Amino acid sequence: MAKILVVDDEPQIRKFLRISLSANGYDVVEAENGRGAIETHRRERPDLIILDLGLPDLDGQEVISAVRETSPVPIIVLSVRAQEYDKVEALDRGATDYVAKPFGIGELMARVRAALRQRPADREPPTIVTAGSVTIDLARRVVGKDGAEVRLSRKEYELLAVLARHADHVLTHAELLRAVWGPAHVHDTVYLRIYVKQLRHKLESDPNRPKLIVTEPGVGYRFKQTSEE
Amino acid sequence: MAENDTNDRPSPEALLEEANRERRGRLTIFLGAAPGVGKTYAMLEDAQARRREGVEVVVGIVETHGRKDTETQLEGLEILPRRRIVHRGRAFHEMDLDAILARRPRLVLVDELAHTNIPGSRHVKRWQDVEEIRDAGIDVCSTLNVQHLESLNDVVERITGVRVRETLPDGVLQKADEIALIDLPPQELIKRLREGKVYVPDQARRAVDHFFSTGTLTALREMALRQAAERVDAQMLRYMRAHAISGPWPTRERILVCIGDGPQAMRLVRTTKRAAERRDVPWVVLYVETHRHQSLAEEDKDSIAQALRLAEQLGGETAVVQAERVAEEILAFARARNVSQIIVGRAHPKRWFRALHSSVTADLLARNEDFDTLVVAGEDERPPRGLDTRPIPAAVDGLAYAMATLTVAAATALGLVMDIWLPLPNISVAYLVGVLLVAIRHGLAPSIYASVLSFLTFNFLFTEPKYTFAISDVQNILTVFFFLVAAVITSNLAARVRSQVEATRLGARRTANLYDFNRRISAAVGLDDVLWAVVHHVASTMNGRSLVLLPRDGRLEVVAGYPPEDTLDEKSMAAARWSWGNGKPAGRGSTTLPAADWLFLPLRTGRNAAGALPMGILGVQLQDGQALLSPEQGRLLDTLADQAAVAIERTALVADIEAARVAAETERLRAALLSSLSHDLRTPLVSILGAASSLHSYGDTLKPAERQDLAQTIQEEAERLNRFVQNLLDMTRIGSGTLRPRSDWVDLADIVGAALGRARRMLGDRPVSVDLEAGLPLLRLDPVLIEQVFFNLIDNVCKHSPEGRPVTIRARRRDDTVLVEVCDQGPGIPEADRERIFDMFYRVEAGDAQAAGTGLGLAICRGIVAAHGGTITAGAGHDGTGTCITVTLPVPAEPEIGGLDQDRGLQAEG
Repeated sequence: MAKILVVDDEPQIRKFLRISLSANGYDVVEAENGRGAIETHRRERPDLIILDLGLPDLDGQEVISAVRETSPVPIIVLSVRAQEYDKVEALDRGATDYVAKPFGIGELMARVRAALRQRPADREPPTIVTAGSVTIDLARRVVGKDGAEVRLSRKEYELLAVLARHADHVLTHAELLRAVWGPAHVHDTVYLRIYVKQLRHKLESDPNRPKLIVTEPGVGYRFKQTSEE
Repeated sequence: MAENDTNDRPSPEALLEEANRERRGRLTIFLGAAPGVGKTYAMLEDAQARRREGVEVVVGIVETHGRKDTETQLEGLEILPRRRIVHRGRAFHEMDLDAILARRPRLVLVDELAHTNIPGSRHVKRWQDVEEIRDAGIDVCSTLNVQHLESLNDVVERITGVRVRETLPDGVLQKADEIALIDLPPQELIKRLREGKVYVPDQARRAVDHFFSTGTLTALREMALRQAAERVDAQMLRYMRAHAISGPWPTRERILVCIGDGPQAMRLVRTTKRAAERRDVPWVVLYVETHRHQSLAEEDKDSIAQALRLAEQLGGETAVVQAERVAEEILAFARARNVSQIIVGRAHPKRWFRALHSSVTADLLARNEDFDTLVVAGEDERPPRGLDTRPIPAAVDGLAYAMATLTVAAATALGLVMDIWLPLPNISVAYLVGVLLVAIRHGLAPSIYASVLSFLTFNFLFTEPKYTFAISDVQNILTVFFFLVAAVITSNLAARVRSQVEATRLGARRTANLYDFNRRISAAVGLDDVLWAVVHHVASTMNGRSLVLLPRDGRLEVVAGYPPEDTLDEKSMAAARWSWGNGKPAGRGSTTLPAADWLFLPLRTGRNAAGALPMGILGVQLQDGQALLSPEQGRLLDTLADQAAVAIERTALVADIEAARVAAETERLRAALLSSLSHDLRTPLVSILGAASSLHSYGDTLKPAERQDLAQTIQEEAERLNRFVQNLLDMTRIGSGTLRPRSDWVDLADIVGAALGRARRMLGDRPVSVDLEAGLPLLRLDPVLIEQVFFNLIDNVCKHSPEGRPVTIRARRRDDTVLVEVCDQGPGIPEADRERIFDMFYRVEAGDAQAAGTGLGLAICRGIVAAHGGTITAGAGHDGTGTCITVTLPVPAEPEIGGLDQDRGLQAEG
C-alpha cells in the first residue's frame, strides 16, 4: 500500500489526516517540521508527501527543493488561500499539486489519488483519456465528443493533450505555455485565455460553466477527468 | 466698565499670573541704593543659610571684587566655571548660561542683574539670561542697584551727573517674586568707602566723589526705599485681585502719552512710565504720523522708533496712527481707549519757532475738554555725550542740478527771443517760470540754485550794463529777491504735496498688502498652501527672505521658505529654538542672540494661550545685511505674523475636525465590527460545537443518517465561518492599502465559471443562467481578486434570494467597458439603501432575523473593483423584481496576439 508522509506543525491537522488517510488504506508517516520532513523522506522513502507551506523551521518551498534534489516523489502542498503566488512558486519548484486550506477531505483524497496514479514506477503513457463524454486518443491525435470527432487546430490539440496527459493535475500558466508555445512565451497568458476559450466552446456542454477544463484562479488550469464529490 | 464686574471673582489674568509664578523659578532681588551697601554679601549669606537647609545652591556668577569677607562667604558653595568669550581680541569671562541650564540646581546666584553681556553671548542683557534660567524652573538670587532701573535713568543722571548705561527694564523688578532691600545709611556707606570696602572701577574714580556724597546717596536711598514700598503695595493689590477680595478698586484708567519727533520722546516715555506705575494703571504711547514723517531725518525717525521700543520694554502699549490733524486724532484715540490723562511734551523750546508754528500741544489744550492734560517740561534731552551719528548727507543730486541748469538755459533762450520784441521785466517772468518748474520737480536746493543762476544770467545778459554782473537798478535786486522767495515757497509746497502723496501711497500699499495677504491665506486650503502663501508674502513684503518653522515631534523644523530653503545654520537655528521655547522674538534686530542672520518671531494666536509654546516660528532675513526693521516694517511684520498664525491655526483646526470625524467613523465601524463578529463568528461556532459534541457523546446511539446529518452541519458551518474569516482578511487588505492587483489577461467567462464552481454548493437548487455576449474582449485584471468579487456577489444572491429562484449573470460590452450584471429575484433593495449596501457592515435587514452575512462582502467587492478602475452599483432587477448588481470593468488596449494568427483555422492532423 502507498506510504504517505504528512508534514504539518499542527498536531490536530496531522491527526485528522492520519485518521482519514489510514481509513482510505494508506500508510502514514508524520513530520512536524521541515528538517524532520527531509530526514523522514530520506529514511522512509514515502510514495507521496503532503506538505504544509508554513513550517516553523524551514520554508515549505525549501523543503520542496530539497526533496526534489533526490526524488521525483509527488508532493501535494497545503496552503492558505491568500497565498496564490506561493502556490505558483511551489508548483514551479516541483510540487505536484496543491490544496487550499481549509479543505474538505474529499478534495484532498481526489488529489492524492490523482498524484499517486502518476507514480513514476507504474507510469505507462496513457494512450486514450476519457472524461465525461470527451475522448482524447493521444496516439492517434483524435478528439471525440459524444462519439463524433471534434476538429481542433494544432495548438488547440497540443494544449488539450498537455492538459489530458496530466489529468486531474493543476498545470500552471507557465507550464502550459512552455509546453505548447515554447519557453519564449511563458508570460503570454493571452494565448492561453484564447485557446482555452476555444477549447471550451468545442468541448464543454456549457462553456460558461466549464467542467472539463477548470480554471484555478491565479494559478493555471486543470483537466478534470474524475469528479471530486 | 467691564473691569468692575470682576470684583467678586478672581480675575482670570490675576490667577494666571499667580499660576505662572508658581511654575517658574522664583527670582529674589537684593536691591540696594548704591554699590557697597552689601548686596552681594547679603545674597551669599542667604545662600549659605539655604545650603545648610539642604537646598542645592550653585554660584552662576558672583563678583567679590577681592573683598575678604565676601570671599569667605563663598566657601562651600559650588561655583560654576565662567564661559570665555573673545571679543575684539580681548577675552571676557561671562556667566555660562548653558552650564547652569545643564546643571539644573535648585537655586543659582547671579550677581549684578543689570549687567550687559559681551557681544557673542546669547542675550544682550544678563536679566534675559535670568529669565531663561527661571523658565527652566530654577530659582535665582540676584543683586541690583536702584540706579540701573530704566525708568529712573534720567532722574539718576540728574542727581548724580552720571549717565548709567546698564539699565534694567522695570518690569523685571516688578515681576520678581521677592525683593530684599539692603539698606545702609549714607554716612555708613561713605565710611565704608573711605575704608576701601567699596569696589570702584578705576575709570569711575573721578565720578566717585560726586556720587558718594550724602545728598546723592540720600536721594538714591529714597528711590530704593520707594521701589520696595511700591512693590509691597502692588503685591497687596495683586493678592487681593487673585483672591477676589472686593475692595474700592480704582476705575480702570489709562494714561496716554503723545510723542513727537523731537528728542524729548524718550524722556516723555520714562515720565509716563513712572506716573503710570505710581497709580498702577496701564499706559499707551501714541505717535501720530503725518505727511511730515516721510521727510524727517533718519535720526528723528530712529528716535521715534527707539522711544516706541523703550515703551514696549517698559511695559507700555504703543500705537501709531496716521492723520494730518494731530490734536484731533489724539483726542479721538483717547476717547476710544478710555484714557483718563494725556501727557504731552512742551512745544518747541525756541519761542520764535512757537510763534511761527501752530503747536500740537497748544492745539490740544485748546480743543480738549474731557481729559486731564499734563504738559511735561520741554528740556531738550541731548543724546548723552554721543558721537554725531548724523548720516553723511546724500551725495549731491547731480541730475537735479543739471536739470536746473538746463531749465535756466531754456529760459535764457526764451528770454533772448523775447528780448527782440518786449521790454525787460517780462523776460524775468520766463526765468520765474523756470525756477518754479525746478522747485516743483527737484525741491528746495536745486530751485535756489536755479534762482541764483537765473539772476546771474539775467543780470549778465539782459540788464544794463549788459554783459557784466554789475547791478545798477534796485528793480534788479528785487527781481533776484522774488526769484528766491518764489523758489522757496514753491519748493516747500511741492515737497509737501510730494510727501503727502508718498504717505498716502505708502498707507495704501500697506493696506493693500494686508488685504492681499489676507485674501491669499484665506484662499489657501491645506497647510502647505498657507505656509507657501505666508513665506512668499512675507519675503516679498520685507524684500528679503522668509521661513516658517513648525515643531515636528517636539523638534523645530523648517517647513517652508521663500526662496525655498530647508536648512538653517546652527546659530540661526539656536535663535529659532530659543524663540520657540520662550515665545519671544530672537535673532537679528532683537535683544536675544542678535548675532544670528535671521530674525525669528513666534507665531501665536489668542487661542494659543500664554504659557503654551507658540505654534511655530516665522523667520525673516532682510536684504543686504540690513539689521533692523523700521518701526513700520516691524509693525507690518507683527500683523503678518498674527495673521499667519491664525491661518495656520485654521488649517490645524480643519485637520482636527477631520480627525474627529474620522475618529467617530472609526468608532462606528468598530462597534459594527464587534457586533458583526459576535454574531457571525458565534452562530456557526454554536452549530459546530453542538453537532460535534452530539456526535462525540451520542455517536453510538445515533442512526447513521443522523450522524451524517450532524457531520454535514459541522462541515457547512465551518465553510461559512471560513468565508467570513476570508472576508475579514480581504477587508483588512483593502483597508490597509496592501491590496495591489496583479493584473493579467483574463477571460471573463473563465472567472465567472471559477466563481460559480466555488459557489456550487451554496447555490443549491437556484437555477443559474450565464449570458455572456459573444466576442467579449479579454480584460486585464487580477484573476484571483475578480473571482472573489463574483464569488461574493453570488454569495450575496444566495443569502438574499430564496432557493429555487433564478440567478442571472449577464455581460455586455459598452464602449470602453464591460458591464457585468448579477441579478436575483429576491425581495430587492429599497432605493435609499442601494448605495449604502457597499458600506462596511451595512445590512438591509436589521436584527437577528438577518440572513447570516458579514456586511463585508459587497464592501470588499467595491474595494476590489475600484482598485481595477471599475465601478459597482446596485439597482432594481430587470423586470422590476429583485436586485441587479452591476459591475463595470475597463476594456484595455487589445493584446498582442500576432503569434496566434498563423494557427487560426488549422486543423488537427490526421
